[in-house]
Amino acid sequence: MSKILHKKQLSQDVFLMRLEAPLIAEERKAGQFIILQTDEDLGERIPLTIADADVNEGSITIIFQVVGKSTKDLSQFNEGDNLPVLVGPLGTPTHIENFGTVVCVGGGIGVAPLHPIAQSLKAAGNNVIIIIGARNKELIILEEEMKSIADEFIVCTDDGSYGRKGLVTEPLKEICERENKPEMAIAIGPPIMMKFCSETTRPYKVFTQVSLNTIMVDGTGMCGGCRVNVGGEVKFVCVDGPEFDGHKVDFDNMMSRLKSYKEFEKKKDHACNMEAEIAKKEAVK
Amino acid sequence: MSHKLPEEIAEQAREYLAKYVVRKDELKPKERINIPSQEMPAQDPIERGKNLKEVTLGFTAEQARLEAMRCLQCVKNTCVADCPVGIDIPGFIKQIADGDFQGAVDIIKQTSLLPSICGRVCPQESQCQEHCKVGAALKDVDKGVAIGRLERFVADWERASGNVKVPNVKPSTGKKVAVVGSGPAGLVVAADVRREGHNVTIFEAFHKMGGVMRYGIPEFRLPNDIIDQEIDTLRKMGVEFQTNFVVGRTRKLTDLINKDGFDAVFVGTGAGLPYFMGIEGENLVGVFSANEYLTRANLMRAFDKDNSNTPIYSSRNVAVLGGGNVAMDAARMALRLGAEKVYVIYRRTENEMPARKEEIEHAKEEGIEFHFLQNAKRIIGDEDGRVIAMECLRYELGEPDSSGRRRPVEVPNSEFKIIVDTVLVSIGNGSNPLISQTTPEMVVNKWGNIIVDETQKSSVEKIYAGGDIVLGAATVILAMGEGRRAAAAINEQLEKELNKNADL
Repeated sequence: MSKILHKKQLSQDVFLMRLEAPLIAEERKAGQFIILQTDEDLGERIPLTIADADVNEGSITIIFQVVGKSTKDLSQFNEGDNLPVLVGPLGTPTHIENFGTVVCVGGGIGVAPLHPIAQSLKAAGNNVIIIIGARNKELIILEEEMKSIADEFIVCTDDGSYGRKGLVTEPLKEICERENKPEMAIAIGPPIMMKFCSETTRPYKVFTQVSLNTIMVDGTGMCGGCRVNVGGEVKFVCVDGPEFDGHKVDFDNMMSRLKSYKEFEKKKDHACNMEAEIAKKEAVK
Repeated sequence: MSHKLPEEIAEQAREYLAKYVVRKDELKPKERINIPSQEMPAQDPIERGKNLKEVTLGFTAEQARLEAMRCLQCVKNTCVADCPVGIDIPGFIKQIADGDFQGAVDIIKQTSLLPSICGRVCPQESQCQEHCKVGAALKDVDKGVAIGRLERFVADWERASGNVKVPNVKPSTGKKVAVVGSGPAGLVVAADVRREGHNVTIFEAFHKMGGVMRYGIPEFRLPNDIIDQEIDTLRKMGVEFQTNFVVGRTRKLTDLINKDGFDAVFVGTGAGLPYFMGIEGENLVGVFSANEYLTRANLMRAFDKDNSNTPIYSSRNVAVLGGGNVAMDAARMALRLGAEKVYVIYRRTENEMPARKEEIEHAKEEGIEFHFLQNAKRIIGDEDGRVIAMECLRYELGEPDSSGRRRPVEVPNSEFKIIVDTVLVSIGNGSNPLISQTTPEMVVNKWGNIIVDETQKSSVEKIYAGGDIVLGAATVILAMGEGRRAAAAINEQLEKELNKNADL
């Protein structure tokens, strides 16, 4: 059981929560994730990357976007409530060393898992260039936090409502074209964004690490639901990852696998909207 | 095998018992052998395909006594020799024949802690029952005394009586033992170590206790109530539980000793990464490991489609690859989740199938189709990457391989297609990689299984291991046997330490 110490809405569908988890806070490293459930019997296991941790407070921070029934249920928890299931830290931590110049690219909610990695890279002495992007200004998160880490900082929005208008791949390409091209890139965000970031850096031979958020059940290497094809080999995101060489990941297969339960989710979401409507009507009565 | 109504079976047993019970102690071996072997009453095959309730209903008291009278009470009890925990089988069966069910439970519990589980899931036909003289006389191992069913009967009888005895626990020694994983091996270690008065904490990665018995074996074969009951007994003995705790990640294995003051640790983390076939199309949508499919349905309660938030794939035509118990469980679960056709594809023949005989029989009764001497060659998907068919190859049996089973050899150009939308892969598991990944000093073999000595001690001081993490994919009872041995070694280590302290 884990108490919610703090909750903040970052944008319409994006929430930040600080959860009481002293052991996880102590052990976690950049790149690792947790799994939580909003109900011990009927809840789904939701994997979320750890965005930050505070050893003194004994807490970890998660940032999530409401995308279906389970994340909607999670968004309805408030400060002081207890989450019945929280387990972690899971996954292999990011390999951190002084690589030289590293460009960190975060898309949408992907900025949250990128944050601790950028922090660690900076602490290890890297020159850290950060590009963050989102569909519009409203969906940009952790801007101040990322800016304070970055040696060079770029914000993009698809619609131009904030920062540079365009996709994150554009500044990424420019950076790769520089005389001193970066030693490494890290891209975290929606699968399609990671795919195109990897395609962008490929011609420049800039090693590009991506962090995959696949379907997962146990998260400890038992079920194989999270398998991805990396360089022609089957890898398990929960124990071999979540980070892989973006130039080797079969993103198309991963994206089709992410849609495995589309029909189920539609139905659940519909049922959940119906419930909300009924509740509203009841409240009016 | 045709399905007999439970009432019919019970009535027959009553009649026979009345006939034999009066002379029960004077029966000649020949007469005993001629007592009809008792059929396990079961739910109607069509009906049970739509629910998750336990398939088998258990013997009636009359059936149990009759079946027990079939036992010849051999002096040379070969049945005991093949029981991984060495239960006094003729001893407890004699008590049942005499109608002293409590006496029977007491005998079993001297050596086995989880009879209601073993009675249900042990492969008796290749262990105790394989050597039964009654079966040998009748030239049919299935006609041997139904030892497992009798074990289950008395364990269920005790549970129903509401007086499950909590084993005695010796006064506290102050020693602390950590058990990693709450599957069959871990539970046995916890009980055996706790009985000696040591403190025990079980760490479980999932939110519910029981390991593979909870997430893997379905309710229709092993009801959750039974696992809950066993856990409850451990709780009453003073065992502590820590769920949602991944040893290796939440805390390093060696930190349990170095930082948290545990005097010994038992690692029973079980099977790990599921094997896949390595064929084309295996990452298509609709291909699952049996582990994942069963975990969703069992632990995450996805069978309760209206209420569970965990989705499970809707299937019409399902192919299950493999011939073990997990394959049977996955196939029968798919049927219960609404599949119209379920095929078990196995590259050898029925004789080589590792699954329990009873599970194979039950699966057949329920309408699962078995395709022997066939194997998947590739899985075919549509433009959205979803499974629409599978190409198979035919096989024939060749020379015996290292396991003693005849090696299946593929028949060239024998390809054919079957229409399926779901493929459940159940061809075994590698070892769980978490402990070896996070404990570099632990010596493991090339498959990642922890290497232990004859007392289950690993290469790391004070750390023991057992069950699937040592054996590779095995059975509940073998895990329990290993747990028992590890517990004895742990108890010995702790006793030595206590004596040493006393000497100082």
